[in-house]
Amino acid sequence: MAEVEPSVLSNGSDNSRARWKHLDNFLTRPGAFTDSEFQAGLGIERLETIKILVIGAGGLGCEILKNLALSGFKNIDVIDMDTIDVSNLNRQFLFRASDVGKYKAEVAAAFVEQRVKGVKITPYCGKIQDKDDDYYMRFNIVVCGLDSVEARRWINATLVGLVDPEIMDSLKPLVDGGTEGRLPAQSEEVIDFEADGPTGFKGQAKVILPTITSCIECQLDMHAPRAAVPLCTLATIPRQPQHCIEWAHIIAWEEERKDITLDTDDPEHITWLYQKAFARAQEFNIPGVTYSMTQGVVKNIIPAIASTNAIVAGACCNEAFKIATGTNPFLGNPESNNYMMYSGDDSIYTYTFEHQKKDDCPVCGNLAKEVEVDGNRTLQEFVESLAERPEAQLKKPTIRTEEKSLYYQSPPSLEKQTRPNLKKKLHELVSDGEEIAVSDPAFQIDFKFKLVFKK
Amino acid sequence: MGDVTPPPLQGPTAKEKKYDRQLRLWAASGQAALEDAHILLINSGPGVVGVEALKNLVLPGIGQFTILDSSVVAEEDLGVNFFLDESCLGGFRAEHCCNFLKELNPDVQGNFVTEPLQSFITKPNALQPFTLILVTSPVVPEILATISVYAQQHAIPAFYTHSVGFYSHFSLLLPPAFPIVETHPDPETTTNLQLLTPWPALSKLAEEKTHGLDSMIDDDHGHVPYVLLLLYYLGRWKASHNGLVPQSYSEKTAFRDLVRSGERTKTAEGGEENFDEAAKAVLKTLNPSAPGSSVKEVFAAEECQNLTKDSANFWVIAHAVSTFHQTHSVLPLPGAVPDMKARSKDYIELQNVYKSKAREDVAEVLATVRSLEKELGRSIPIDEKEVEAFCKGAGYIKLVRGRPFHIARPNEMVKWGDRARFAAGALENPDSLILLYIAFLAYDSFVASHLIDALGGAQKVPGLDAAEPDTQKMIGIAEAIIDSLLNEASRFIKDPEYSEIKHASARFVEEIVRAGGSELHNIAALTGGMVAQEVIKVITKQYVPVDNTCLFDGIASKTSVLRL
Repeated sequence: MAEVEPSVLSNGSDNSRARWKHLDNFLTRPGAFTDSEFQAGLGIERLETIKILVIGAGGLGCEILKNLALSGFKNIDVIDMDTIDVSNLNRQFLFRASDVGKYKAEVAAAFVEQRVKGVKITPYCGKIQDKDDDYYMRFNIVVCGLDSVEARRWINATLVGLVDPEIMDSLKPLVDGGTEGRLPAQSEEVIDFEADGPTGFKGQAKVILPTITSCIECQLDMHAPRAAVPLCTLATIPRQPQHCIEWAHIIAWEEERKDITLDTDDPEHITWLYQKAFARAQEFNIPGVTYSMTQGVVKNIIPAIASTNAIVAGACCNEAFKIATGTNPFLGNPESNNYMMYSGDDSIYTYTFEHQKKDDCPVCGNLAKEVEVDGNRTLQEFVESLAERPEAQLKKPTIRTEEKSLYYQSPPSLEKQTRPNLKKKLHELVSDGEEIAVSDPAFQIDFKFKLVFKK
Repeated sequence: MGDVTPPPLQGPTAKEKKYDRQLRLWAASGQAALEDAHILLINSGPGVVGVEALKNLVLPGIGQFTILDSSVVAEEDLGVNFFLDESCLGGFRAEHCCNFLKELNPDVQGNFVTEPLQSFITKPNALQPFTLILVTSPVVPEILATISVYAQQHAIPAFYTHSVGFYSHFSLLLPPAFPIVETHPDPETTTNLQLLTPWPALSKLAEEKTHGLDSMIDDDHGHVPYVLLLLYYLGRWKASHNGLVPQSYSEKTAFRDLVRSGERTKTAEGGEENFDEAAKAVLKTLNPSAPGSSVKEVFAAEECQNLTKDSANFWVIAHAVSTFHQTHSVLPLPGAVPDMKARSKDYIELQNVYKSKAREDVAEVLATVRSLEKELGRSIPIDEKEVEAFCKGAGYIKLVRGRPFHIARPNEMVKWGDRARFAAGALENPDSLILLYIAFLAYDSFVASHLIDALGGAQKVPGLDAAEPDTQKMIGIAEAIIDSLLNEASRFIKDPEYSEIKHASARFVEEIVRAGGSELHNIAALTGGMVAQEVIKVITKQYVPVDNTCLFDGIASKTSVLRL
């Protein structure tokens, strides 16, 4: 067994590695599962030079920053646009009551830098969409701790787009963690509410090698939107307390307080909605409307606890560490497991498997995705269905075929010009099996679909 | 109604705001239980996993914690433990971790003890203040045995944890009987509508609302709640099947076709949502509501059958519910009705029929409880709410039988008892991590026989200096454990399977020795998360805890839960 004295490899004195004695046992000793090319001590150098990007400084992000700093990473950037809220304090352990209102990325970066000597953490308080390809090109690994599927899809498409087969460094492994259950539906015509079982003890961690293994877009059906309640139920036949709350949220507010922008963090606004919902529930004899439920429905609150974040973030950073150092095989090698699901509400259960890359993935595949449609439905109905279809989830689609523009969301002149198509039936606009390209302002890429008519 | 003013609004309290995201999981009752808890962490080794677990418990607001650890902070601690920094060097690790942890939540009280474990544990009532004990390896076998016995005798939950390199483990020792009422099953899969045994009020409502179904105008026809549609078609089915309900799979699909045949397809939507819901619910809801195996286990338990004056409330209620089941052949009705296509008024009416029946069932169980209390001469009556909660979750109650820790001693093989056959079988299951568990037993056995000083204080972990000689020793210990297990289970595994098992075992062992007793922060954090989830489940008596051993393999990123 090849053992190397750590002090020989580090640039400084013996003492400079004393702090990393535990880590160095793995960086300097091969194990039973390490690759035959494992070079003792190489990991120390790599950890010094690798640039790693953390997206999200919330529940998962706080854990991820701490874990990476104590895994020996030295150059970390973190992006988050949010500020600290009092309801974050039960799990986001880098924040204190006195930090409420400050930017998460800034407070988190400063805290970890102060606690773990020698790590440099650069915060950016803003949106991931603010940054361009040159920015993302600078990193070697990206770790995501997000609660929004849209942001995940955006960074995923960006990283897939960066890959240039000529440039080795253009392939950035993406490690993604999540603790949410099913995600909110995105159509404006349908309203969802939390009717799920417990989600707070569940999570997932996965590794993506852009263009090589299954990407976030390939996995989109794993995040199917929740069952939706039609607007007409809210308007005419409410049955559940949540229906009354959504009625207050969507209909009553629009009718009575149109000029005030709803701020779900404003207690006065929530109180108003609660009282409206309560009165409506009484009218229909529906029990169960509470302030807490009102808040939960309106803000689409997902239960969240520190321990679940610790599990998911630990799994993600373990993979990032293995990728960076080669100290053991990592998830996401082609043709091996790349996805771990964790469930802790009934004993502990993990399912670790290989999620298959899809040839018709609109982001990383090269074939158009087949979509079955009813040729007698209108383009308008098809446009609406794109928001709900688990494999699409596109809110503001612009649609064209190879030859013609079917519908443009913008500019206004083109929107006006293509608007009459919305009333036409699909079979009048496209032929059976024809490919269409769909773009959406939330994404930089085109989605290719092949429309197959229902027989 | 209409103009009734809502009650004056008490907005959420500061505490409700801070804990909002967790109260949605375990409610005020779970929170109160957490706040009554006092957790002892007996810390050892690099000491990260225990502190990470505490972090995840301080944040949601446990009442108190105490860290027992006599080590002094060294430079190497700063590279792996987040709750220490340079200012702590040379100080007591317990004290500094305690202070940094307390910063996370001003509502939590933190304490530390720097006295060596060996002397602390021998003091009378040393463990008395604590409601839960976390022990991290390495620990002297005799002390682990003392804690195991104490925990069982006093019905105090205890955890024993390893976090070594890419691997981790914890065993959970629960009291001999640990019942859970609020298991939080998935509401979608646990709806119990008792459609095969409708009571008069439900049958009457079905008759009323489906009267003249075929001649209803479309709008009415499309709004009959599916529960009532199913009852209507069950009536029709029974009339042509000697009064029997559909039972076999083929009968159920035929029944589903019958339901489908009533759907009007020439509507604007090309079908009817309520009929669609009804057809989809056939296979799921038309099952005799026989209690599941875990409920039967509770009814059959010695504690349920033979009540005493001092029986826990759970057993008294369980006995009463079992009596209810004997009388009616069904469990008390939970009373919840899923959302379905319906007019508000009809749905609420249906919901009320279910709620009243659920209340009647609770009343009957409560009456039995009261007469049992009288018979047994119990002085404090059981709270009605407890009976109500039990009835609501009766179909999913769960009983865990706690088991003692395995204590690995040098030159003495672990006894597997009634789990020997299971454990030996697991050796041949590639998805099981039993070999990792055996590698940890070998680790403990090695540590126990390699004391650095003769006083029985510091222990030497395998791989601390040079890995190679320790690997060979450890492989030998693990093989001896495997052979002893096979022997105890009277099981013989022939080659090549036997050699494959030994080879796989050696790889786990080699990886453990590589660590030289070191923790990787990621694995410690992840394991601290798993342990904290389990601690929360155990303290709140909500959700279902691990029974009783969990292993994590950070190379394959997977877990395995074994009952050992």
